[in-house]
Amino acid sequence: MEGHLNLTLKIWRQKNTQTAGKFETYQVSGISTDMSFLEMIDVLNNRLIEEGDDPVAFDHDCREGICGMCSMYINGRPHGPNRGVTTCQLHMRSFKDGETITVEPWRASAFPVIKDLVVNRSAFDRIIAAGGFISVNTGNAQDANNLPINKDNADDAFAAAACIGCGACVAACKNASAMLFTSAKISQLALLPQGQIEAATRAQAMVAQMDEEGFGACSNTGACEAECPKGISIENIARMNREYFSATFSSK
Amino acid sequence: MTKIDAKIPVGNLAEKWTKFKSSVPLVNPSNKRSLEIIVVGSGLAGASAAASLAELGYKVKVFCFQDSPRRAHSIAAQGGINAAKNYQNDGDSVYRLFYDTIKGGDYRAREANVHRLAEVSGSIIDQCVAQGVPFAREYGGLLSNRSFGGTQVQRTFYAAGQTGQQLLLGAYSALQRQVGMGNVELFTRHEMLDVVTIDGKARGIIARDSVSGALERHFGHAVLLCTGGYGNVFYLSTNAMGSNVTAAWKAHKKGAFFANPCYTQIHPTCIPVSGDHQSKLTLMSESLRNDGRIWVPKKENDTRKANEIPEDERDYYLERRYPAFGNLVPRDIASRAAKERCDAGFGVGSSKMAVYLDYAAAIIRYGKGEANKHNMHSPTDEEIQSMGKAVVKEKYGNLFDMYKQITGEDPYEVPMRIYPAVHYTMGGLWVDYNLMTTVPGLYALGEANFSDHGANRLGASALMQGLADGYFVIPYTIGAYLAAEIRTPSMSTDSEDFVNAEKAVRDRLETLMNIKGSKPVDYFHKRLGKIMWDECGMARSEKGLKASIKEIQALQKEFWSDVKIPGEIDNLNPELEKAGRVADFLELGELMCIDALDRNESCGGHFRTEFQTEDGEALRDDEKYAYVAAWEYEKQSIFKLHKEELKYENIKIAQRSYK
Repeated sequence: MEGHLNLTLKIWRQKNTQTAGKFETYQVSGISTDMSFLEMIDVLNNRLIEEGDDPVAFDHDCREGICGMCSMYINGRPHGPNRGVTTCQLHMRSFKDGETITVEPWRASAFPVIKDLVVNRSAFDRIIAAGGFISVNTGNAQDANNLPINKDNADDAFAAAACIGCGACVAACKNASAMLFTSAKISQLALLPQGQIEAATRAQAMVAQMDEEGFGACSNTGACEAECPKGISIENIARMNREYFSATFSSK
Repeated sequence: MTKIDAKIPVGNLAEKWTKFKSSVPLVNPSNKRSLEIIVVGSGLAGASAAASLAELGYKVKVFCFQDSPRRAHSIAAQGGINAAKNYQNDGDSVYRLFYDTIKGGDYRAREANVHRLAEVSGSIIDQCVAQGVPFAREYGGLLSNRSFGGTQVQRTFYAAGQTGQQLLLGAYSALQRQVGMGNVELFTRHEMLDVVTIDGKARGIIARDSVSGALERHFGHAVLLCTGGYGNVFYLSTNAMGSNVTAAWKAHKKGAFFANPCYTQIHPTCIPVSGDHQSKLTLMSESLRNDGRIWVPKKENDTRKANEIPEDERDYYLERRYPAFGNLVPRDIASRAAKERCDAGFGVGSSKMAVYLDYAAAIIRYGKGEANKHNMHSPTDEEIQSMGKAVVKEKYGNLFDMYKQITGEDPYEVPMRIYPAVHYTMGGLWVDYNLMTTVPGLYALGEANFSDHGANRLGASALMQGLADGYFVIPYTIGAYLAAEIRTPSMSTDSEDFVNAEKAVRDRLETLMNIKGSKPVDYFHKRLGKIMWDECGMARSEKGLKASIKEIQALQKEFWSDVKIPGEIDNLNPELEKAGRVADFLELGELMCIDALDRNESCGGHFRTEFQTEDGEALRDDEKYAYVAAWEYEKQSIFKLHKEELKYENIKIAQRSYK
């Protein structure tokens, strides 16, 4: 049943990349438990506008858990307290009346803050551009059913391909590592026969780009898997390491 | 009256595209390197077009307002993508896909475009598989299919309930490959705010860098708008928060005709509105109607819980009204029937604006089936329930989870509450066979154009059209224009036309910032949405539309005198971005009502209450309205109608019946 909450919000405010940020405290009242977390921020923002203050900037778009744009670090966890959901699918019934909620942006040197809770994740686009593809120009394809693919491999490739590129894995990791993100794409393509041809160069190029972007190393704590809203498995990291080392040993 | 020429190639329907491809002028590789193309939008249409054109050698610039091309709202498409592969040996063919699409569109789409769409549909699947898109497969390793509404074959390819995501990531990968190779220059967090025309031709755009607020001028020999639909004119829809009409509307005001703006698809199965705070609506896939039964109580204003209402006091109104198709009638019909029941006072839930989608019967049916499979001769009710729920979970688990997260109710135990919501817009920029608008050099692809779905789109056809346009149509048709542009050098963006266009954009932004009124942008957007939903939504009437046009005009004035935009013009300012979009929606909404008022018939998603049969079904008027309504912008609130007659030479027009 719908209830209503009074909450204290501690939100990170930062004008732009160059200036330092700090927490500001806001009170919100009468928040319906049926609201999503972002709708609660909408309520706060419309009040701030009416009071003549600058609203809180945050990334969001589809609000149905698939575009990967929303990115709030809530009470010390990417996308908040529930497992397997993005911030837009987190609803206020997960909080208690009178609670204080702390909201921060993703924290990683490779994801600089643009404003308030908005960060720059273009490093992910560059990792994909380095090798996250199969080199097939439009029009070159054979008939789709000429290439049967083992169902288990196809299902595993799909599970890896479900990554939404939100960056929660980086935000969750104490080293700000992007291994889960990078490995998900390497795995998806390595599991498919179409992806085999470029497997070695792909793994090397994507890992090199990941390092160049300033993401940290993996120390196997598994926080990325635990916080991933799409349940991407850290088995992908093991597969990436195998791909990477076999590529390194066999490189000319 | 400006003549609109659809440029449909002569010849037999089935040979038009083949002949066109063999005769369209070509651009040689060295000339391609000096021709620049601007692509606005990075969804299925934009990403596939940009990647394919860059592969051909053109210099491409891609713009998207999101932080990455991968966020475009194509990502949220759930169900699947149609293709006439006939892998199931069930009688599918190019002609059948063509026929189903024309009929599904209630005979208001252009034959030649739809046939071409059906012809290239198979190549899309081939291309996507080659890219590594992980479609669902059978144990033999071959691709799996399922069926969707409005068809009698299984031609839908899918990747669980995330088909749009997987197809978009495939196109995004192809795009990023070209970015990495330096063939595409990517501009994220950039919003197109005008088209620049020089001597009547599209020659570039003005874009705003959302982070710095800086305005930029970009030249292109051609400009492709792949900017999606305008469902957010209704405020609440299944579209993403940022989905908007601005690029298409700016093009319209620069001379591109807007076609069939009133054709809107209201999807029957969405999670209903829970309160005034709601910012968007969430779709529950059409596939749920395969097994779920839709009902309302027989008693008006029944306040009992669903599970307390006995079987003989439930009205399965779709099964009652449409025995032949039952719960699987097309989207427009299912939506209208739900509205009719709720308006009559039989709705459920706290708002009374919802109907039940019930899985109880399916759970028992599947449970008994499992018991038979496992040779259990006298299973207990509990065993049946548990086995039945397991089957439903395997088929629809992710949708049930999503429903539970949003509503806090468990759909395995109580029926889902659903209600129709705005989902897709069939209308869009008018384009000819080459996908060119009425402005030379300006193209519209995907949902942004009007061309393929008539008055109602069939499920799993939006993904097909977006990728057809981008991968397989525009790479050919753009040659017809660019072959004559090889002598046009890249133009300086310091010319008067560019400078003036930028100044007009800057003036408008400054005007918005300086209103300093009292109401946030959302206030106006919600009011517009309510007018549109009440009077230009599932049911429209002459009286209501006329009143709405006046109301919208008044709201436009109020917006331009009382909107309050915080922050600065030269910094990240989401409210300023929203304000510009809502200002454009306010003008589009007016045109939608004008278009709906002009069309004195009911067809597909356009239902005029004055034009219905005795049983409340849509009544078309093929004598008078078998045309595309292409609207030309003259000045504020003044639009001129141009008609493109629709000729059906290969299909016999008939009234749709689902009884």
